[in-house]
Amino acid sequence: MNFDYTEEQLMIKQAARDFARKLEADVIERDRTATYPTAHVKEMAELGFLGMMIDPKYGGGGMDSLSYTLAIEEISKIDSSVAVIMSVHNSLVSYGLEKYGTEEQRQKYLPRMATGEHIGAFLLSEPEAGSDATSQKTLAEDKGDHYVLNGTKNWITSADHSSVYIVIAQTHPEKKHHGINALIVDRHSPGITLGAHEDKMGMRSSDTHSVMFTDVKVPKENRLGEDGFGFAFAMKALEAGRIGIAAQATGIAAGAYERALQYSRERKAFGRLISEHQAIAFKLAEMYLKIENARNLVHKAAWLKDTNKPYSLAGSMAKLYAADIAMEVTTEAVQIHGGYGYVKEYHVERLMREAKLTQIYEGTSEIQKIVISRSLLKHK
Amino acid sequence: MKILVCISNVPDTTTRIKLSGDQNAIDLSSVQWIINPWDELALTRALELKEASGGSISSVSIIHVGNAGSDATLRKALAIGADDAIRVDAAPTDAYAVAHEIAEAIKDKNYDMILCGIESSDYNGSAMGGMLAEFLNMESVSSVSKLEIEGDELKLNREIAGGFEVVSATAPVVVIVQKGIALEPRIPSMRGIMMARKKPLEVVAATGAEALTEFVHYTPPQPKAACKMIDADNPAELVNLLHNEAKII
Repeated sequence: MNFDYTEEQLMIKQAARDFARKLEADVIERDRTATYPTAHVKEMAELGFLGMMIDPKYGGGGMDSLSYTLAIEEISKIDSSVAVIMSVHNSLVSYGLEKYGTEEQRQKYLPRMATGEHIGAFLLSEPEAGSDATSQKTLAEDKGDHYVLNGTKNWITSADHSSVYIVIAQTHPEKKHHGINALIVDRHSPGITLGAHEDKMGMRSSDTHSVMFTDVKVPKENRLGEDGFGFAFAMKALEAGRIGIAAQATGIAAGAYERALQYSRERKAFGRLISEHQAIAFKLAEMYLKIENARNLVHKAAWLKDTNKPYSLAGSMAKLYAADIAMEVTTEAVQIHGGYGYVKEYHVERLMREAKLTQIYEGTSEIQKIVISRSLLKHK
Repeated sequence: MKILVCISNVPDTTTRIKLSGDQNAIDLSSVQWIINPWDELALTRALELKEASGGSISSVSIIHVGNAGSDATLRKALAIGADDAIRVDAAPTDAYAVAHEIAEAIKDKNYDMILCGIESSDYNGSAMGGMLAEFLNMESVSSVSKLEIEGDELKLNREIAGGFEVVSATAPVVVIVQKGIALEPRIPSMRGIMMARKKPLEVVAATGAEALTEFVHYTPPQPKAACKMIDADNPAELVNLLHNEAKII
């Protein structure tokens, strides 16, 4: 048992922190105007954060999941929009391609995913299939040497700014979820149109759209895994993705806590610093404890993944807990700031809005409880 | 051309400095260490020059006097892009001892340009670079805020009162740099961090140079008074407080 970070992990954490500091300059404005962080994503790519877990033989950094969670946490302390772009690209799309793609698919996509020339998007949710991912309505009709895609996907992160889509679609409806496929789709294929930019509550600087497919041709060699592997693929990718989102939620909480701690040491009420009032000091203690718990759950899930042990249960626990405490901690951070917490200048209201999404996407808190309870109950 | 950059290991600039009981030492127990900001800018400029040199600058090396606790700082400098590192294994007691140790460690290595930050952010002594040049019997230019290479010549801007002067120099030379030498320090890339572990970090024995100075006593500054925020729409309140509370108008 060892809780020490390696020298490298510390360097990655610090590099992410230094990068995140640069996000702070325009984070409020990008949130207000829902502007995509183009320059920041470019820098994130140059620094290698977009390919940090990809094998060095495909041009990536070859870093472990623990390092990745440290980077995501630091970036999320300042700006979760940038963190979610990084998370979807890394732990859903690049991970999925590297783990389940053929060697040809890896060589074709991963080097450019690693440099950030390609940004990835993951298309699973539909207007009528969110948590119920088995009931995919998007069809991938088998036409011999290619598929023809028709249907609509919802809530797609980076829909407009990505170039590689992984689309989950139904090929054999009679086989239910065993008939689903996962296809690599060029975002600029004829027949793809985007819905309007979603006007979100938080993470407003990441672009989120619905995506419509009308007779989109996809070569057969773009299928990931065997025919019918798509649902299992999506679940595996989401298992990995949850660790990233759990780290993001931990970061949101930690970012709000750090701001609240600083504010409590500067703001006076009734003649002394508010941090010297027990009502505020106890809040800080509880916030810190929750963040530490969440971080430990995230690290354990990452460690299990890095040591090739089953991590589904640990990942779901980390995601559920971190998302829930992110909501609690950011709410308390706003409370500690009082009226200042309710205005944009102090960041914590934005962090509170960002926290809410972590309870919803990549598996709602309720879905995590299903995963956890099923895992507990399957052993008699 | 071979460039050497001298690196100091200093407490993070946001560290809350605590003194030990008898006030003649600093409590370093919970300090986070970083590359001295001036040295980091010097390294950044050295790397920029190397990248733009088309191969005429063959290497950027770093050197540091310190114990093994500094290795993380040196690895970071390697991750940022330095090619190799030398650590002289001794506690950095004062500028004279550090300059002496560096001079001894590199006297046969034929560096063409040695960059030093003008001061370190811990003790701000501003003495090491000049002493190093003397030990090595090299030319030195101080307070350099711009450094260009034109053929065999170095073009240096020196900051002086009211402006700057342009100096030309030829290698070998010690250049003691001021802020402005590079725009901002680099963040190490993931690839750089990965490659840093494979780069050479040579530890050499110290010659045992003696310090000429010692720290007798530290006095922490008076704590800053609390800041009072006044609403921008209420200038009357500002005038009132300056008049009646601060009593400065």
